[in-house]
This record gives sequence, C-alpha cells and structure tokens, in this order.
Amino acid sequence: MDYLFDILLISLSAALINNFVLYYFVGICPFIGVSRQVGMAVGMGSAVTFVMTVAVFLSWSITTLILVPGAPLSSWVAGFFLPAEQAAAIDMTILTYIVYIFSIASSVQFVEMYVRKFYPSLYKTFGVFLPLITTNCAILFACLTVMSNIVGVENPEEAWDLGRALALGFFGGVGFTIAIVIMAGIREELDMCDVPKVFRGTAITLIVGGILAMAFMGFTGVDSGIRVAVTGAP
Amino acid sequence: MMANLPTPMERFVQGILPENPVYRQFLGLCPTLAVTNGLKQAMTMALAVGVVLLCANTIVSLIRNLLKPHLRIVVFTLTIATFVTVVDRVLAAYMYQMSKTLGPYIPLIIVNCIIICRCEVCASRQSVGTAAADAIGQSIGFGLALASIATVREILGTGTLAGFQVMPDSWPAWVVMVLPPGAFMTFGLLVALVNWIDSIRRKSERRG
Repeated sequence: MDYLFDILLISLSAALINNFVLYYFVGICPFIGVSRQVGMAVGMGSAVTFVMTVAVFLSWSITTLILVPGAPLSSWVAGFFLPAEQAAAIDMTILTYIVYIFSIASSVQFVEMYVRKFYPSLYKTFGVFLPLITTNCAILFACLTVMSNIVGVENPEEAWDLGRALALGFFGGVGFTIAIVIMAGIREELDMCDVPKVFRGTAITLIVGGILAMAFMGFTGVDSGIRVAVTGAP
Repeated sequence: MMANLPTPMERFVQGILPENPVYRQFLGLCPTLAVTNGLKQAMTMALAVGVVLLCANTIVSLIRNLLKPHLRIVVFTLTIATFVTVVDRVLAAYMYQMSKTLGPYIPLIIVNCIIICRCEVCASRQSVGTAAADAIGQSIGFGLALASIATVREILGTGTLAGFQVMPDSWPAWVVMVLPPGAFMTFGLLVALVNWIDSIRRKSERRG
C-alpha cells in the first residue's frame, strides 16, 4: 500500500505538480517549435513519452547493474581479475553522462528502425519526430532524476527501484504531452488573433507559456496535501 | 566551396549579435530560462557552456575529415558529454555550492542545441581557428543574452544584483519573477523588445 502510494505521488508530481516543461524548463525547444497544431503536438508527445519510458528503463538498469559501487554485473566481471572487496568497490558513476546520452541515442535509433519496419502507420504519426528526440533535454533530465535517486542516496534502502523509475519516465512524458497539447490548442486560436507585430512568433508563445506556468503553479502543495489526507501525519 | 564560408572574424562577430544564439536562433532555451533567476548562476552557466563549446568545436574541427555523415551526431554528443563531465567535476570540486544550485542543468549542457548546432554548422566544415573564433563569439552572445534576462529577473525579483542590494529596502520583491512564470514572461518581453529595436533599425536604414 505504501509502495503504491509512493508511485502515485511520483506520477502525480512528474505529470502535473513539477511539470517537466513548465516547472523545470526541459524540452522547451519542441514545446515552442512543434506546438503549432494539436495533431503534431499529440504525435510529438506520444513519441517523447515512449522514448522517455524506454530511456529511463535503460538508464536505471545500467546504473544499478553496472555503474554504482557494488553493482552485481560489474563486480562479477571484475571478480575475475581482482580480490572480492576491491571488485565490490569499483565506482563508475563518473561515466553516467556519457553512458546515458549514448543509451538515449541508440535507443532512439532502434525504436525508429523497429517502428518503421513493423508499425508503418504508427511511424507515419510520430516517426518524423523520433530523430529530434535524441537532443531533447526532457529525456536526459528524466534519466538524471532517476540517477540522483540511486547514486548518492544516504540510505541504500531508499534508492529507487524499477517501478518508481518507470513511473517517473512514463508520467513525465504524459506531463510533457499535456503541456504541449494545451499550448498547441492555444496557438491554433492565437492564429486568428491580431497580435502586435513585434510579439508575433516566439515572443507571444513564451508569454502564453508564462501564463500556463502560472496556472500549473496552482498544483503546488497538492502532493503534501494528499500525503496528509491519506496517512494522517504531516 | 571554401570561399563561400565566413571567415573567422565574421563568425566571431555573427555570434555576438546578428546571429545571437538565444534571441535570433532560439537555441539553448532550457538553461536560458532555468538558471536566470540570479546573475551569478547565469554567468557560471554561460562560462560552463562557453568552455564546453570551445573544446567541442576544436575537437570536432580537428577530426572533421574522419567524420562519417550518418554517425556525426553521435560523435558530437559523445565529445560534448566528455567535456561536460570534466566541467561538472571541476565545478563540484571548486564551486560546490554553485554546482548544487545549478544541479541537473550542468549535465543538460550535453543536449544544449547551441553546441550541437555550432559543431554541425561550423566546426565540421571549417578549420580549427575559425571554429574556435565561432565558439568564442557564440559563447559571448549566449553570455550577453543570459546576463540580460538574469539582470531583469534578479532586480525585480529580489531587489539585488549578483547578491548586492541595488533597490531601496522598501522594494516589494516580485516573487513571481524568480519563479518559472517570470522566466517565460521576461524572456518573451525581451524577445519582443529585440524585435522592436530591430524593426526600428531596419526602418531607419531604409530611409537613410
């Protein structure tokens, strides 16, 4: 029960309270570039959600199994060359950034090839956005958030397991989709409006984004409120 | 073909204002919005991006003849990731508090579009000198853009500039300026301001 509650809070926080786009400013480039039509925004959003879940899965596995000190896979391999206590102390966390970006780039490549081969209709919907996603900050940000909850946590019991990591990845993507779809809806209406000339294009989009961010700030404190309501303790 | 490409001096000047990475190309918006609630953070970020951009541009320019077209983006990102790791460790060692404040935005330099764009547009085609000049010009442009946003946000949001009090004590701090909505609005208004100045400049040029 506690575990499910934790998952619920992580999901809610990733999707709404600390929305990736409107609170952490990651994934701003597609938020401004690909938010002209609702259809395109939905395509981009679903592609990001999909890749984010895959990337978080990969980075969680790599970090827990290989990179952290005492990780099962790396200490098993090193056990052939080194005494056991030295093998268990191998710390490769300095490689995290390089490994993450490499796993994101390759997973995007594989997902693109797989989808193009086996789901041509799906590829038509969001295939064109896939190459752009490699350099999407939101994906790397999700991986880094997962990392900061595995590497350097004081109590090893509190390190995130796969379920929590996947919840963050999937619902972070959902939050991105919500933000970009709302933005696209507003921009479709905005095309009909008489916007002052200097504000046309990016400037008005940013200001609308500011108002959206203000609206999303209304969710602040919802998580602690739910925690109090469910557990009864502050 | 080489004759059409800009010279080092042109590259350097272009980066600062005419092709400013933030105001003209709208690249690297993630740090632009996220770390500009104070001038100090913004300048540290600009310096970090500048160092990574200079190193990555130089390396990419040196290996430009070895690059395979379909693998180049991967090579760019891996080069950048290496230098970002170095910068991240240096910051954590010598400016621990700052590295805590900037948090995940330092590793996010890896996917900063400015650096990948400069590697693609300039460094993978031109010599080391041009690439370095381009990197320095673009970093100065990026630093200026960050400084302009951070100055407005910090003065209005807290009444201070780089930690020093500049507004009278009676100044009511506009908390919203330090929060996410303030970032979007300040940047949106500044973009409009730049557009406006540009349109006036063009009008007077046409007349003169």
